[in-house]
Amino acid sequence: MNLPIYLDNNATTPMDPRVLEAMLPYFTSKFGNAASRNHAFGWVAEEAVDYAREQVAKLIGASEKEIIFTSGATESDNLAIKGVFEMYKEKGNHIITTVTEHKAVLDACKHVEKLGGKVTYLPVKEDGLIDLAELEAAMTPETILVSVMYGNNEIGVIQPIKEISAIAHKHGALFMTDAVQAVGKIPVDVNRDGIDLLALSAHKIYGPKGVGALYVRRKGPRVKVTAQMDGGGHERGMRSGTLNVPGIVGLGKACELCAQEMESEAKRLSALRDKLQAALTVLEESYVNGNIEHRLPHVANISFKYVEGEGLMMAMKDLAVSSGSACTSASLEPSYVLKALGLSDDLAHSSIRFGLGRFTTEEEVDYAIEVTKKAVTHLRELSPLWEMFKEGIDLNSIEWAEH
Amino acid sequence: MAYSDKVIDHYTNPRNVGTLDKSSDKVGTGLVGAPECGDVMRLQIQVDDNNMITDAKFKTFGCGSAIASSSLATEWLKGKSIDDAMKIDNMDIVEELALPPVKIHCSVLAEDAIKAAINDYRVKNGMAPIESEKVHH
Repeated sequence: MNLPIYLDNNATTPMDPRVLEAMLPYFTSKFGNAASRNHAFGWVAEEAVDYAREQVAKLIGASEKEIIFTSGATESDNLAIKGVFEMYKEKGNHIITTVTEHKAVLDACKHVEKLGGKVTYLPVKEDGLIDLAELEAAMTPETILVSVMYGNNEIGVIQPIKEISAIAHKHGALFMTDAVQAVGKIPVDVNRDGIDLLALSAHKIYGPKGVGALYVRRKGPRVKVTAQMDGGGHERGMRSGTLNVPGIVGLGKACELCAQEMESEAKRLSALRDKLQAALTVLEESYVNGNIEHRLPHVANISFKYVEGEGLMMAMKDLAVSSGSACTSASLEPSYVLKALGLSDDLAHSSIRFGLGRFTTEEEVDYAIEVTKKAVTHLRELSPLWEMFKEGIDLNSIEWAEH
Repeated sequence: MAYSDKVIDHYTNPRNVGTLDKSSDKVGTGLVGAPECGDVMRLQIQVDDNNMITDAKFKTFGCGSAIASSSLATEWLKGKSIDDAMKIDNMDIVEELALPPVKIHCSVLAEDAIKAAINDYRVKNGMAPIESEKVHH
């Protein structure tokens, strides 16, 4: 077992060596521009891109003509939201999303507001899921798009996508989902789920960084987005720019591997995750954040009350995890996702996200359990809040000096 | 962000962790920060009849830099008179621990904890608390 142990697979994943192998020729001998229609170099590249398009489409139950390659999910989210707003603004100017979305969605929505659009940010319940009745109530004749993420990056909860898309469609709106964390981890099917636009990324599924895709439905309804970059009219005019052929080949291969291995991997990872979670919630005053049942198989977000997340991570120095504490960020604000669940700031500061992945072993999980337990115990010995809790003092009764 | 060796040292081997009897007249207790902000420091001093600090203890809820700042503060406090202890400046802590700009608030909190502990001791012993006029940077 090599240290440190990587348990931050929601941030990014290592590339699968099989993906790298598939990509390598496209950097050197097969370097052609997929848009060069008049010679073999271009044809070889185009063929590789077409094949990758099929691999991506297959993973999400789409047709290859519905896949637009981008530089990653941030671009896909931007293209979907701004592109739909521009294309359909004659029809209406209202977009509905949720407060726990990734910043790429939230900030694209803020941009739309600057352009005169109206955006409703739905709250979430304590378990991180949205209330379908609230969505229904928020729909207006002006609503052109509902954008709700498939699986959350911080707590892993899976939204009821089928039900959400049905509500959007009933009111004549399109449904878009940022499915970065879900694609390749759980079965996602654009037809079964009623998805009109879907953003995905390669580097969360053991592919390379800097490449992603946007699924844009072609039939029932035929969806169009206004391009956000001007240029050579690549990708059916929706995304100009010379195609990143090696990256796209890598994304395709990554999708193919996920399709093959997802089912067994989901079982293996959820068993490991459950083991980790069970062992750590044995500790007093530790809580799992987010819905337990509707959750991605590889994520556990746990708050260890009375210890601060960043301090905790420092004691877990051989584990690469992440925290909802923001002591390192300039804002000093804890995670907006955890706060949206109604978690108090101190519990949000006390959270650790464990993100397991394809290369995580049981031995590593066992080690992580031991290290985390020791770290929590050590920091609680240092914590005045833990001491007060143990003495039965109500922390809410103390007048804290805010600083 | 990488931590300095001194922060890691204090974090890994914190000095003077513990609790003094806060009901004693000879003990001053400072509790500063707030759980919502992600740091709370409790710093205590034991003072003898000559106004010398003979012992200091801390407990801190916070990041590594906050723990290190309070650990360092207890080290510096021991053996100082309370007048000299009042002169400990947060920038001395920043310098000693090589804290980056985003962690300066940890040193500010440690200085606040020192002053709060001294004032608690002063008030317990019939002296007026000392108002700090310092503006933190």
